[in-house]
Amino acid sequence: MEEKEVLLEIKDLSFSFKTYAGSVKAVRDVSFDVRKGEVLGIVGESGCGKSVTCQCILRLNPEPPGYFEGGEILYQGQDILKMKNKEIRKIRGREIGFVFQDPMTSLNPTMRIGAQIEEVFLGRTDVSKKEVKEKALEIMRLVGISDVEKRYRQYPHELSGGMKQRVMIAIALVSQPSLIICDEPTTSLDVTIEAQILELLLELREKFGTSIIMITHDLGVIAKLCDRVIVMYGGKIVERGTVKEIFYDTAHPYTNGLMNSIASLDIDKDTVLKPIEGTPPDLFSPPAGCPFAARCQYAMEICYQRMPESYQLSKEHETNCWLRHEYAPKVDLRMKRGEES
Amino acid sequence: MGKYIVKRVLAAVITLWVLITAVFFLVRLMPGEPFTNPKLTPEIQANLEEYYGFNKPLIVQYGQYIGNLLRGDFGYSMKYTNKTVNYIIGQTFPFSADLGIRALVTAISFGLILGIISARNRGKGIDIFCVFIAIIGTSMPDFIVGATLQYFFGMKWGLLPVAQYKGFAYTILPTCSLAFYTLASVSRIMRSSMLEVVQQDYIKTARSKGLSEMRITARHQIRNAIMPVITMMGPTVAATLTGTFVIESIYAIPGMGKYYVESVTNNDYALVLGMTVFYGMFLVLCNLIVDILYGLVDPRVRVGGK
Amino acid sequence: MEEQKITKDMFQVKGRSITEMETISRPSLSFWSDAWRRLRKNKAAFLGLCIIVVYALLAIFAPMFSHYTMSEMDPKSMNALPSLQHWFGADATGRDQWVRVWMGARVSLTIGLCAATINMCIGAVLGGLCGYYGGKLDMIVMRIVDVLYGIPSLIITILVMVVLGTGVTTLIVAMCIVGWISSCRFVRGEVYRLKGQDFVLAAKVLGVSDFVIIMRHIIPNIMGLLVTNLCLAIPNAIFQEAFLSYIGLGISPPNCSWGVLAKEGIKMLRVAPHEVLIPAFFICTTMLALTMLGDGLRDAVDPRLRGTE
Repeated sequence: MEEKEVLLEIKDLSFSFKTYAGSVKAVRDVSFDVRKGEVLGIVGESGCGKSVTCQCILRLNPEPPGYFEGGEILYQGQDILKMKNKEIRKIRGREIGFVFQDPMTSLNPTMRIGAQIEEVFLGRTDVSKKEVKEKALEIMRLVGISDVEKRYRQYPHELSGGMKQRVMIAIALVSQPSLIICDEPTTSLDVTIEAQILELLLELREKFGTSIIMITHDLGVIAKLCDRVIVMYGGKIVERGTVKEIFYDTAHPYTNGLMNSIASLDIDKDTVLKPIEGTPPDLFSPPAGCPFAARCQYAMEICYQRMPESYQLSKEHETNCWLRHEYAPKVDLRMKRGEES
Repeated sequence: MGKYIVKRVLAAVITLWVLITAVFFLVRLMPGEPFTNPKLTPEIQANLEEYYGFNKPLIVQYGQYIGNLLRGDFGYSMKYTNKTVNYIIGQTFPFSADLGIRALVTAISFGLILGIISARNRGKGIDIFCVFIAIIGTSMPDFIVGATLQYFFGMKWGLLPVAQYKGFAYTILPTCSLAFYTLASVSRIMRSSMLEVVQQDYIKTARSKGLSEMRITARHQIRNAIMPVITMMGPTVAATLTGTFVIESIYAIPGMGKYYVESVTNNDYALVLGMTVFYGMFLVLCNLIVDILYGLVDPRVRVGGK
Repeated sequence: MEEQKITKDMFQVKGRSITEMETISRPSLSFWSDAWRRLRKNKAAFLGLCIIVVYALLAIFAPMFSHYTMSEMDPKSMNALPSLQHWFGADATGRDQWVRVWMGARVSLTIGLCAATINMCIGAVLGGLCGYYGGKLDMIVMRIVDVLYGIPSLIITILVMVVLGTGVTTLIVAMCIVGWISSCRFVRGEVYRLKGQDFVLAAKVLGVSDFVIIMRHIIPNIMGLLVTNLCLAIPNAIFQEAFLSYIGLGISPPNCSWGVLAKEGIKMLRVAPHEVLIPAFFICTTMLALTMLGDGLRDAVDPRLRGTE
């Protein structure tokens, strides 16, 4: 893959929430970048910090109780964390669009669809009212909403879930941002609609060259959509790489666990699905060592004591796991079933 | 929307009918005769009963009453001879309505403002102050507020007139006394509703569109947070209106409430009946307006019905 | 942090340590002990509870240990200010206010508690049946409730008071004629919601009888809300009693309640403001205490509402 220009770079980002019971360290030392025109997937189970990380990019986490413990978020070279509210607002919607998880609750029930899409242009002097309406109608058509003029005047409760998610995507896309963050956009939709929405996202990327961050816990979505993948666990990145590397050259036991716990049509029915046993770590007081150690069948003494170092396996492929240390026993985590097909 | 309004109007009419019927029969059950004055001879009593139709069967009286009501006739008073209920209402209602509207407008506008300010500055000094006001307000019956304000502002410090209703200065104390409770409860509800709405996903969506905090509060938060306040408007109007009973007597305002309480103690059937029905109609009408308003503000209500 | 030397023996595979993880989870508490713990933590609610207990105790015992009686008049101390003799002063006819305030408390608190409890019981039973069984009963009751809900309850209460005459019992009866409506609506909604939840469906699928479902699944789940609503309904009832007594339809002299005391005090406002301010203080603090307790209870039984009020 040829080298593309970096659009967004996140360095050592740490974000926590203050609660009654103490601080929840939701994101710990996360670094990654997003390049122009690529689709970056972020996988992990619920509560691993993937949504929080992405909401940090637009400063959408409520602060307080949330607060940054350090790090930088560079968007086209500018640090978002140092920006004033006014400057951040210029990035939201215009430069970076956000599609939320639950279309049912993410639209204002008392506002017409059209008005909600047009709001993105609010306060901008470079477009006239008429142009704004045209743009809204155009984007609605583009995301596959039928009967646009009628929908424009309807309220969210008059639309189906899939339609609402299309509206959400329209909102995120209407001012042609250079990056869209999709936070599990298809989790609450049924499978046929899911496929349509994913198809739509890919089409739009082709059309506008938009970069996409795709947050999901569904490896199927990753395989279909993404160029590169980040695997998060317990607020940390445990493995990253291209889709191929992640699927066929799995380097972290957690990623391996994720793979083993999905069912798909092409595996044989005798194959036993293996869930990852145990529950994610308590982020009030995260363990000193690897967050996954307690659930890891290969966990070693050192995993409980020290945070694993990061090991570069190829240009893109990197893992944070002690198994890559020279002293560690050699374990082959690569997927067997992947090689057959 | 049309269908929704028709439905609400129909429900209001039924409510009103039930109210009128219940009031009519309850009033007939009241102890004490209206003409128990020992000076009256039995013949005069009989004549009076004949005159007011009390000797006819109840059901006939009921029919007559409903008929009169439909013609807009609320009946007679039996103690204030020669005065019709319509006349008394006409004389007194403007005072009550004036006081009531002033109090409601004050209570709702200030209540909403306090609630919004309080929620926007959650946890800060001003919020604690507003919450404190709200708690005090909801734990004081209006006659206590009335008496306390009258004592301090009127008597002790002599700042404002303590009785009658003859100009703006006279309206301040009664309005405040009447408005305080409602103001407090509106601000309480608005505050918690604002805080609930702010956690909704669509607020995050609005933020992700790059809207200013002002715009988010004004267009997304308040519009949705005001819903519970509108729902409680019906009972609020009722509470304010019944509150006038007490406030009018404390501040010696010649309003309807004063007459109402007097007619209850005088066993003045016709007047009680007439005024109750009038109150009832008024409140049912208010509820109807609130329902329609709710339909306007929340598009979901219109189609879904109840 | 001191960099520790990485040694080879640290790389022994130990495997999972699930058991270690399970000890992390916090100790489990039953619903009520958890609610009680949270309530105690809430200072305002706990203060409210203390005030109520103190007032209740004083209402029971204070009149017993005073050498004045409720109706004994002392011409020498008409409108007396609070003093060592008359702790809360005396009223226009020289009756000791300390005793009258606590006798009034008996009446006011009794009415508040009884009216709120009866309303809650009627509402809960009717609302529960409607919500759980639905059908014709539900339709009929809900039509009635819809119609009655539109009628200002105070007007009906006033009329009923006029018909039945003044007194504690009639006051409670009058308040209950329309008072059950709101609790009925609320319980019905709640039961209806619970009925559709998976754990009830699961119980049904397992063949559990309706009775057991109601006792084991529905009631424990609405109990917290019921208690909270009860707590918030008491101040309402006290409010109504005070209002009715004030307009002369509640408790009639020589009996007294806080409303009666305030009414009599207002007549003397110019001469002896303490006669209204003292009962007013007790009405307000009781309201305040019950509201704080109710709010605290609501937060305690429903952690999701935490921080919204």
